[in-house]
Amino acid sequence: MTVANKILEVKGLKQYFGTKKAPIKAIDGISFDVYEGETLGLVGESGCGKSTTGRSIIRLYDITEGQIFFNGKNITEYKSRKDLLQFNREMQMIFQDPYASLNPRMTAGEVIAEAFDIHGLYKNKKERQEKIGSLLESVGLNREHANRYAHEFSGGQRQRIGIARALSLDPSFIIADEPISALDVSIQAQVVNLLKELQKERGLTYLFIAHDLSMVKYISDRIAVMYRGKIVELGEADEIYNNPIHPYTKSLLSAVPQPNPAYERKRVRIPYKHEENKEDAKVIEAKPGHFVYGSDDQVKRWMSS
Amino acid sequence: MKKKVLEVKDLRINFKTYAGEVKAVRGVNFELYEGETLAIVGESGSGKSVTSNALMKLIPQPPGIYAGGEILFGGRDLVQLTEKEMMSVRGNDIAMIFQDPMTALNPTMRIGYQITEVLLKHKKTGSRSEAKERAIQLLDQVGIPFPEKRFRAYPHELSGGMRQRVVIAIALAANPKLLIADEPTTALDVTIQAQILELMKEIQKKSNTSIIFITHDLGVVANIADRVAVMYAGQIVEYGTVNDIFYNPKHPYTWGLLGSMPDLDNNSNELLRAIPGSPPNLIDPPIGDAFAPRNEYALAIDYEKEPPMFQVSDTHYAKTWLLHPDAPKIPLPEAVARRIEGYQQGGE
Ligand SMILES: Nc1ncnc2c1ncn2[C@@H]1O[C@H](COP(=O)(O)OP(=O)(O)O)[C@@H](O)[C@H]1O
Ligand SMILES: Nc1ncnc2c1ncn2[C@@H]1O[C@H](COP(=O)(O)OP(=O)(O)O)[C@@H](O)[C@H]1O
Ligand SMILES: [Mg+2]
Ligand SMILES: [Mg+2]
Repeated sequence: MTVANKILEVKGLKQYFGTKKAPIKAIDGISFDVYEGETLGLVGESGCGKSTTGRSIIRLYDITEGQIFFNGKNITEYKSRKDLLQFNREMQMIFQDPYASLNPRMTAGEVIAEAFDIHGLYKNKKERQEKIGSLLESVGLNREHANRYAHEFSGGQRQRIGIARALSLDPSFIIADEPISALDVSIQAQVVNLLKELQKERGLTYLFIAHDLSMVKYISDRIAVMYRGKIVELGEADEIYNNPIHPYTKSLLSAVPQPNPAYERKRVRIPYKHEENKEDAKVIEAKPGHFVYGSDDQVKRWMSS
Repeated sequence: MKKKVLEVKDLRINFKTYAGEVKAVRGVNFELYEGETLAIVGESGSGKSVTSNALMKLIPQPPGIYAGGEILFGGRDLVQLTEKEMMSVRGNDIAMIFQDPMTALNPTMRIGYQITEVLLKHKKTGSRSEAKERAIQLLDQVGIPFPEKRFRAYPHELSGGMRQRVVIAIALAANPKLLIADEPTTALDVTIQAQILELMKEIQKKSNTSIIFITHDLGVVANIADRVAVMYAGQIVEYGTVNDIFYNPKHPYTWGLLGSMPDLDNNSNELLRAIPGSPPNLIDPPIGDAFAPRNEYALAIDYEKEPPMFQVSDTHYAKTWLLHPDAPKIPLPEAVARRIEGYQQGGE
């Protein structure tokens, strides 16, 4: 077995908003790696810092503290236009609300071509049209869709356009921030299938942000659980699901309703009582590849209960 | 025998639009008994909200049209009532909760005042001080900590989950026989959702309220429902007890919904069984079975004639030609069958 390549390394990332005196610690010191070709799921309740994590990594913010290595290079130090453009091509984002992220006065073709227009990535009009057409097809739409406007598409189709747009520069890393949360279950499945197929075809790496645990479990190789700006637990998807250690993860999992009445009649929700973070809290590898944030005492206690 | 609280017969609601008349609800039938919860599930645009708003006579007219049917409640047909008569039904006999609690709350008024207003309006208490006492009781009952203190809070001072609790307190103020909840937990985090679902079940147990719970989340349905109506393109396509729908589904659309969801216990590398395509335009609903164009098991007749509701058992009905005695016997799609088998082994 080959050792997977770390495509992204996040070290001690902090992202504060607000003022120096009253900072909002949206991300409060998180560290994690993403391996090439994998899907890392990021879950947690609203406001815990998932979107901020994605946005900090893709450099929408100047981070407060920490380092972010992409393909071994510290991207937080990138200053030159050339470096930034190159980084831009490699890492793309897909958003939750395909409605809001599409300009209503642009055709699907224009939306998709915007990025490679900026980067000047085609020789002539014909090649540009060809690129748009093949991107539309790769996300399950038709070439004819290029001339239609956003309002002429359904929610699922708009998300496909959002995906085609993200793929337009042939990136290696995609941050998907709640890409299916606004869609119906049956359409969610279409989009998730599409993301999985594209990953296989193109060897993409995903950071998949969502609050729906069932979909995250399905699509992710590993899962990171966030709570109040910290990653409290990280590990293989099955391991997190079957053997959660952190009480917050246990509580979260116990709250997910499943489409099985007999299971639901017996499911007992475990309430979560937050313990203030201990002075000596740190990331502990409780089992191989299974990380928990806490003090030695806490982790020992959580593992035995 | 349980008492029948509500009976909806062949309800039809249209909307006049520039593009044509939208047939949003196309002949809906269901019954609701005392103390039971009926979940209405289906994808967006299937007519869930229009159906529930219609029960409260909240359809704006125009553009809305009550194009047919009856809503029998408390010995009367609500369709025939005047707006004035409906005003005493709303909030009093039937209360409603929406996805966004702010649709029911006034941002400029303290929550305590908003609850006492409802109590006084529906003459559930005599004096203002009595109303205050009852309001604090209600806040306590819906799990709001420090109810005396929160009585004086404004909605913006509360979290989303707490606001939804306040809305539930207001809905309960008049002790309604029927509570209609339209996606009340959709905007909430899963842990808060779990608490709200627990709360609604607890209230139901105590006061024997009947609940219509609208959701698109099958997990929530499995949690809260006694009976389930699966809606597609303005019609109920399958109707049965929660066990009928999850363990013995008969309609290909229900199979599609179940197959679209990942199975938490099974780590399969297979793709999900997504339903292809998207729902039909309701200005010109398709002839025959509206689901046919997305249905891999569609028969020739599906494109010609609308199927009737076939009875599967005393409690279970499905609107698909596959249940006709002459139809080919289609086995349950493998992924759905496997999932149900898994439930019965692991879940019980
Ligand atoms: N631009 C911003 N300015 C100020 N506060 C922000 C900003 N973006 C996010 N926050 C705050 O940071 C926290 C984390 O937000 P976010 O990352 O959006 O959470 P999530 O995506 O997990 O719901 C929240 O408390 C949010 O209010
Ligand atoms: N005021 C209205 N005018 C025109 N069409 C409407 C109106 N309200 C609802 N509809 C249509 O009725 C159909 C059913 O909508 P709705 O009941 O809100 O769906 P659901 O709640 O299942 O998502 C949709 O096609 C919707 O566009
Ligand atoms: Mg977010
Ligand atoms: Mg609705």
